[in-house]
Amino acid sequence: MRRGEFITAGVLAVLSIYLMWKSTELNVGYISGEGPGGGAWPFWLSGIMLICTVLIGINALRRSSPPSQSTEPVLDAEGRKMLLQVFGGIFGFVALIGIISMYGAMMVFLFYYLWFLGRHSLRLSLTISILTPVAFFFFFEALMRVTLPKGLGFTEPFYNWLNTIIY
Amino acid sequence: MEILALLSSGLFEALQPINLLLIIFGVTLGLFIGMMPGLGSVNGVAILLPITFLVPPASAIIFLAAIYYGAMYGGAISSITLGIPGASTAVATTFDGRPLAMKGKASLALVTAAIASFVGGTVSIILFTMFAPVLASVALSFGSPEIFALMLLAFATFVGLGGDDIPKTILSICLGLVFAAVGFDEISGAPRLVFFDISGFLHGINFLVLAIGVYGIGEMLWTIDTTRGKITTTEAKISVKGVVKDTKDSVKLGWKGMSIGSFLGFFVGILPAAGATPGSLMAYGIAKLTSKNPSSYGKGNPDGVAAPEAANNSASTGSMLPMLTLGIPGSPTTAILLGGMVIWGLTPGPRLFTDQPEFVWGLIGSFYVSNFFALVVNLSFIPLFIWMLRMPFTILAAMIFVLSIVGGYAATNDMHDVWLMIGFGLSAFFLRKFDYPLAPAVLAIVLGPIAEPTLRQSLLLSSGDFSIFFTRPVAGPITIIAIILILLPLFKVIKDKISGPKVHDA
Repeated sequence: MRRGEFITAGVLAVLSIYLMWKSTELNVGYISGEGPGGGAWPFWLSGIMLICTVLIGINALRRSSPPSQSTEPVLDAEGRKMLLQVFGGIFGFVALIGIISMYGAMMVFLFYYLWFLGRHSLRLSLTISILTPVAFFFFFEALMRVTLPKGLGFTEPFYNWLNTIIY
Repeated sequence: MEILALLSSGLFEALQPINLLLIIFGVTLGLFIGMMPGLGSVNGVAILLPITFLVPPASAIIFLAAIYYGAMYGGAISSITLGIPGASTAVATTFDGRPLAMKGKASLALVTAAIASFVGGTVSIILFTMFAPVLASVALSFGSPEIFALMLLAFATFVGLGGDDIPKTILSICLGLVFAAVGFDEISGAPRLVFFDISGFLHGINFLVLAIGVYGIGEMLWTIDTTRGKITTTEAKISVKGVVKDTKDSVKLGWKGMSIGSFLGFFVGILPAAGATPGSLMAYGIAKLTSKNPSSYGKGNPDGVAAPEAANNSASTGSMLPMLTLGIPGSPTTAILLGGMVIWGLTPGPRLFTDQPEFVWGLIGSFYVSNFFALVVNLSFIPLFIWMLRMPFTILAAMIFVLSIVGGYAATNDMHDVWLMIGFGLSAFFLRKFDYPLAPAVLAIVLGPIAEPTLRQSLLLSSGDFSIFFTRPVAGPITIIAIILILLPLFKVIKDKISGPKVHDA
């Protein structure tokens, strides 16, 4: 945890410096007759952030913050596996939206999560992962008239067919 | 008398079929959300807000407020039957609720929690009805310096009273404010902080992208990591027959806790950083402190269930007071509601009471109705809720991720924001591991678009002189209180230094 505390503070310090630098694209000073320039607000806030990261670093050096006293790892082997499987699944879900549509990606994600991670029965996993996107489709597209991403062109005939049901 | 007329028209509005339906659905959903460990009102409101853009604004906020209420009731169910608080607001309920359940009095504990929640809710709504119009009419005269001073006060309470690591809290606030500044500089119209020239940043970072990232994805990852997905539910025997008797008992044994919780909760709830969780813990502490028999606490005293449950409901109403009258949310959940209102074209603040009286009083009326239905739904479906608690966490988690991603997309219709949201979620997971509080960042991204222009206008008025925040009659005291709050932790450090070196545990 202790090393992690320094790394996190370091990353946030770099982020603060980047934000300060990025803010200077606009005027960060006082323009007479106009008030503070457009970059002033984010510039000074990022400056405060930078000071905070220094203080967090000092506290970590003095071992006065709980994470800097802890000898536990940030993520143990099981935690790493969990993060990889769960967040990897979410990442895959979002990546698939553009290809096989929001509903298709939802189906794949639910099946992966329930069957593979949750170790539920095949029947339950299939039922939930098929019924959920169907329910979402009718709620969003039919009831609320909100269109969610439909993916690449090959899904078009399928959705055209579904649209004939709801319109 | 005028208030009564406005209130009755508000109640009439809240009892319209569509609103009534949304209230009943909202409190039921809220009960479920509050009950599920790892999910609280803030998660529910953040994840479901994008879906409510589809109904009229007044109905949408009534629905979300009903979820908020329901969640305050629901947290107690898992605190009592599982010993795991369903939401942070129900932590104090486990202290005496769990021992009661272990003694075979789960039914008494659940009924006491429900009745106390109802009493807390009702008392606070009456206080709200009395205070809100007065506060709003005072706030009508506020100019930019006063509003900015209030913003400063909201952030200062997080620093002074939040109880988290100070530099980490300030960093979280600043990060939220900077994220709010992304997009365009509203005064000059120039693009600002468009990172790596990615066009998705031109429309700014929607507060929901951060809120859902933090509360939908980050918190779920954190819950899965800390519990290792092993949230298992235990059986709790409950008879519907005893409810009437338990109701009498709960009032007889828990009236003191209820009254302490109801009043204390309301005033703690008004403070931006405090809210329902500390409110309920404080109410528990005071109920114990003032009790003739403090040693019975923690062993199953119904007063120990009544006090925190009355307080968390009362605080949730209390936190709506500054949101509606001043435009400053009193809790992370109300911060998200406030952001929603801005999207719906309603500017929260004192003008709302004069410009949109139907909306304001409809919402206040809905508080009364929601509170009533939360009690009815809670008491009649306790066995059902306990049965639902046995739903495997892997199904719930999967559903929450799906809702988060759909909600993140529906908020802005831009895939860029969905990617940003899961990025925020992963960062929030790690920041949470290192004790960075994230509620201040969510509050800040909502308040940023109000704080920045008011600061700039104030400084324009004063030609760059910061003394404008100290010399005006209303802004001055507010600014000074804010500064004292910010310096409060520093005073503590100095006091510790003087009274001798601090002994470290490590």
